[in-house]
Formats: sequence, structure tokens, C-alpha cells
Amino acid sequence: MTDNKKSLMQRIRGAGWGAIVLLFAAGVIFWGGFNWALEMTNTEKFCISCHEMEENVFKEYRNTIHYQNRTGVRATCPDCHVPKEWVPKMIRKVKASREVYGKIMGTIDTPEKFASERLRLAQNEWRRMKANNSQECRNCHNYEYFDYSVQGRRSNQMHQTGFAAGQTCIDCHKGIAHSLPPVDQNIGVGRDSVAPDVMHPPGHPAQPE
Amino acid sequence: MRKTPTRNLVLALIAAVGFGAVVPSAAMAQGVKSIRGADVAEQELQVGNFRQLPDQAPIDREYVQQPPLIPHKVEGYEVSINFNKCMDCHAWSRYKDSGATKVSLTHFKDRDGGELSNISPRRYFCMQCHVSQTDAKPLVGNRFQRAEGLR
Repeated sequence: MTDNKKSLMQRIRGAGWGAIVLLFAAGVIFWGGFNWALEMTNTEKFCISCHEMEENVFKEYRNTIHYQNRTGVRATCPDCHVPKEWVPKMIRKVKASREVYGKIMGTIDTPEKFASERLRLAQNEWRRMKANNSQECRNCHNYEYFDYSVQGRRSNQMHQTGFAAGQTCIDCHKGIAHSLPPVDQNIGVGRDSVAPDVMHPPGHPAQPE
Repeated sequence: MRKTPTRNLVLALIAAVGFGAVVPSAAMAQGVKSIRGADVAEQELQVGNFRQLPDQAPIDREYVQQPPLIPHKVEGYEVSINFNKCMDCHAWSRYKDSGATKVSLTHFKDRDGGELSNISPRRYFCMQCHVSQTDAKPLVGNRFQRAEGLR
């Protein structure tokens, strides 16, 4: 081992500054290339290159305020679904390899299949957003800077009681950019659906009269 | 064979009467004006660029049995097979948390008047009767007054 190491060090020393510069350049190219490829998979264009995304969730998203609005400030797929910080981003990207498997196996390749899986998929994403305190919402909507005096009557009240009860954005704001899975509202015949305490997690204090 | 000319004549007569029935009605349509002042055969008037009114206090009713108006924006509200956004606040299980008006008990009946334990599916599409408000002005002048008992 020591012989090997020594010979390697000697070789590097022998090659001199040229090798060091070369290694540094290789490192820059490798890291740059890795980052470039990673960012390539972090664009709306990449996301909707799969028809599963384009035909279902993207079409729903096109009707919402995060796609099109008065001032043209947008939130595209990765803004909400991929963390911005490096470590959480890597974890999400590694977990996303499961989605590649789903793509190959055609788990959701028809609207019918997608509809039957939506309940599970939506709850996965809600769980993720709940766990990181809706970080992707708060990257833009920083509630510490909310001006309640210009918020509407309802939002003003609900935001303050919600935050006081330690709630996070996704606790109330579900289905703001996509259609919801079946939600149990106890109207008509029962079905496989999101339970009321998942839709509205308990701990929310009653409205002051 | 001798019958054919008569039959042709009858057919021609029927056709003539048929066309006659169509042509005058088309001509008459040009003389009819709609309440908006435009000819009914013309293209629809340009849609007004109305704004939905912001949140306000509950709006008083104008006549008996009027479905209460919606005093807030409903833009982007999902009312689909999966989810009814209105019921997310106005249902009896939700109105205390949300501070909204609860759904009337009249909505708990089936079409035969039988009581149900929750909202009847035939009442599912709230915005068939309850409508949100825009800043549009009345199309024509009128002297409508609120029902006496509600003034």
C-alpha cells in the first residue's frame, strides 16, 4: 500500500504542475457536467417530456394561477416538487429513480391508470411537503412577511389562526395546482377517498366567534 | 304508371310548402331585437371585461326563496366528481372551523322529500343556483324592489 501510494505521489510530483492543472480542469468539467445534467432534469420541459405528466397533471396545472397570472411570475414543476437545498435535492432526485421504474413499467400511462393511482400519489406529495414544513411554498411565499392588512377577510383570519396552531401551507392548500383525488365529503355513495382528517389535519382551533 | 305525374305534383307541393315555411321565419328573425338591443341573428356582443367582486359580508336576499348570493370570489374552485370546494367550508362538518355559512337543511332532502343524513347529491352543483358577483351593471333599467317582508 505504502509503495503504491508513494509511487502515485511520486508520479504526480513527476508530472508536476501540468498534472495538477489538468486534474483541476477535469474536476471542473466533471462537476459542471454533473450539475448541468441535473439541472436539465429540473425543468418544466423535461418534466412534460413524459406524456404521463403532460396529459394529466400539466393540463390541470395550466388552469391555475401558478401557470398563468396577471404579472407572469410563475412556479414551474421543480419549483414546487424539487427542493432547492443541495442535500434534500439529492435525496429527492435519488427517490425519483422510482418514477423512472414507473415510467418503464407504464404504471400510470393512461388517464384511467393515473386516476386510480392519484389518491396514493397525492398523499405521497402531501406527506413530503408536510415533513419539510412546505419549504417549496415558502421559498416564494414567506409568511413572516405577510401583510395581513391587504389580505382578504377570509385569508387574513385563516392564516393567523393556522400559523398560531402550528400548521403549514399544505395542511390547507391542497389541490391548488392540480385536481384533487376523491375526497371524503360524505355526499352520496361512499368510495375510496382521502379521509377528512388527512384533508384537514386536526389541531386546528375553532374559529373565534 | 299513370299515377306518377300526380305523385310528383304532390311531392313538389309538399316541398314548396316546406320551403315556404322556412323562408319567412328566417326573414322575420331579422326584425326581432333581443333585450340587449342586438339583432338575434347577429353575432353575440363582445363579452364584458367584468371583475369578480372581492370578499364582502353576506349579501341580503331580495325575494323570498332566493338562493343566497356568493359574497366572495370563486375563481378556480373545483367542483368535480372528486371534490366539492364549496363543501370544504360550507358543509356542517366544516363551517365552524372555516367561519362560513352552513348549508341549509332544505338541501338534505331527496327528490321525494325524504330526509337524508347529509347533503343530497342532487344539490351537488352549488353554482347552478348560488352565484358569485361581478361589477356588471344591469342590462336594462328596471324598478325592481326588494320583497316587502325582507326590507
